[in-house]
Amino acid sequence: MPLDDRYQLAFKLYPYARSADQDAETPVRHPVVVVGGGPIGIATTLDLGLQGIPVVLLDDHEGIGQGSRAICFAKRSLEIADRYGCAGPMLDKGVVWNVGKVFHEDRQIYEFNLLPEEGHRFPAFINLAQPYFEKFLVERVREAQAQGAPIELRGKNRLEGIEVKKDHTILTVATPEGNYDILADWLIAADGAGSPLRGMMGLDFEGRVFQDSFLIADIRMLSESFPTERWFWFEPSHKAGASTLLHKQPDDIWRVDFQIGWDVDRAEELKEEKVRKRLDAMLGADVEYEIVWKSIYTFQCRRMKQFRHGRVIFAGDSAHQVSPFGARGANSGMQDVDNLGWKLGMVIRGEAPDRLLDSYHEERAAAADENILNSTRATDFITPKSRISHVFRNAVLALSETHEFARPLVNSGRLSVPCIYDGLSLTGEDALTGGPEQTRPGSPCPDAPLGDGFLLSALDHGFTLLTVDAKDAADVSEGGIAARHLPIGKGDDPSGALARRYLGEATSAVYLIRPDQHVVARWDKYDENAIRAALRRACAKE
Amino acid sequence: MSLNTKPNIAGADEFYAELIKSHDGLTDEESVAFNARLILLLANHIGDRTVLSRALQIAGEADRDRPRA
Repeated sequence: MPLDDRYQLAFKLYPYARSADQDAETPVRHPVVVVGGGPIGIATTLDLGLQGIPVVLLDDHEGIGQGSRAICFAKRSLEIADRYGCAGPMLDKGVVWNVGKVFHEDRQIYEFNLLPEEGHRFPAFINLAQPYFEKFLVERVREAQAQGAPIELRGKNRLEGIEVKKDHTILTVATPEGNYDILADWLIAADGAGSPLRGMMGLDFEGRVFQDSFLIADIRMLSESFPTERWFWFEPSHKAGASTLLHKQPDDIWRVDFQIGWDVDRAEELKEEKVRKRLDAMLGADVEYEIVWKSIYTFQCRRMKQFRHGRVIFAGDSAHQVSPFGARGANSGMQDVDNLGWKLGMVIRGEAPDRLLDSYHEERAAAADENILNSTRATDFITPKSRISHVFRNAVLALSETHEFARPLVNSGRLSVPCIYDGLSLTGEDALTGGPEQTRPGSPCPDAPLGDGFLLSALDHGFTLLTVDAKDAADVSEGGIAARHLPIGKGDDPSGALARRYLGEATSAVYLIRPDQHVVARWDKYDENAIRAALRRACAKE
Repeated sequence: MSLNTKPNIAGADEFYAELIKSHDGLTDEESVAFNARLILLLANHIGDRTVLSRALQIAGEADRDRPRA
């Protein structure tokens, strides 16, 4: 098959260049090869490269694809990007919104304000077109490379074949100048929902198909400025879609999403005049705009049974696919990377046993199940699958106009929040009486103001031993793994948010925190033996 | 007592999913009968006649699609 582009590029960032591997007499062996240059693949190279682990990324294109696709990036994704050093430009470019309006037929039934919780560096989410999110990641890769991070991005390098061995894989890669082979100790599949690699390995990807199509368009408003709000219509009388979503992106671009039914003629529906007809019905004929991008998608909710297959590990959409309602696609993929990066790093450096990587599947498959459950519920509400479901849905909408109780039942997508690894293998004990629910073991650490900055940026890239008003604590080292002590006292907590989020009713607290900022275990005071045991557990050493 | 119309169900999404699921496999007629039994059970649990009358009234008001006399 020729190496023709399957899609148009928004940014050509890594043009094909001949690699020395192509002229090697015997295939060159690499510690890590990543397949796929989407946000998950690029973020994986950053995580590993910043740890000093050599990583090669293969992408069959030479940059970032056109089209906004994912637009909602949640707080946790920004916090992860901040660990990699590229959240700043995302935040600068992204749009923050708080007000949402819900319509049924043509009536506004209610309006909500998300009223962000104070004391976080990042907002609950930003709207940013996916190509920008990816571009900022690639720019950070370039910066890290300049500082010596051993990352290689290979454009127009398409994986053609794989031979799986016990402790490595043999990869055949196609380029415009012919094929070559390389070996990979570890292979990360970040090649998207249609994952060719998954196909080559003959692996399953089972789930539920939703019988509905969505016409999605990005439009640039030319005439008037619309407010920065999220508008969702159930059964609008303009009939442009059975449901319709309007969402603001940067640069006066708006995302419009029409639910158009299952049996549609794609080519017909994507014709400019046909799309304009829908848009005019929704916006009114006098609103001027240009269509920047359009597409029709259908979706499934499904995941692989196993995310890890020996030395091949699947991350992001290649491992799990959800409906777009609730922004759980790219956001959960970023959490996969966050989860995988430190574990793979420790295993490669020989600091932890191979089975630490089994916990990647355990934790992220649990997260995928939670995301699939939430996005399925939203989908079932937006597109009721039976007559009685439709009756209940409309009853909720009718009551929610005047009766507050019905509003929490309206579900046009629940905001993506990270999964808490309750009761999973690496999660340790909760020995903090009166400690807040939100920081229990397994939780991602909530941010809080710390001195002049924020807590999360003060955490270590390895393990951190966070103590709040605790005595006699120190760094702890167990089997070559260190947890750096971060002591916090009353004077460091200007807003009181830290005490609310980490002490609750307790007077002192000790937290062992993983490199991905999830809590391993917590205690009311410093107990070196307990901390050592928790560290062993978090590294899958017991 | 007055009718509580503020949010009062912990885990609203779980409840709603369970409610819809309980109708899986029922015909329209069976669903209507199911709902009638459900209403009678809940009404008995509430007991308070003032609350029940108010709920009946609001349920009627919110029905915008009903043909008006």
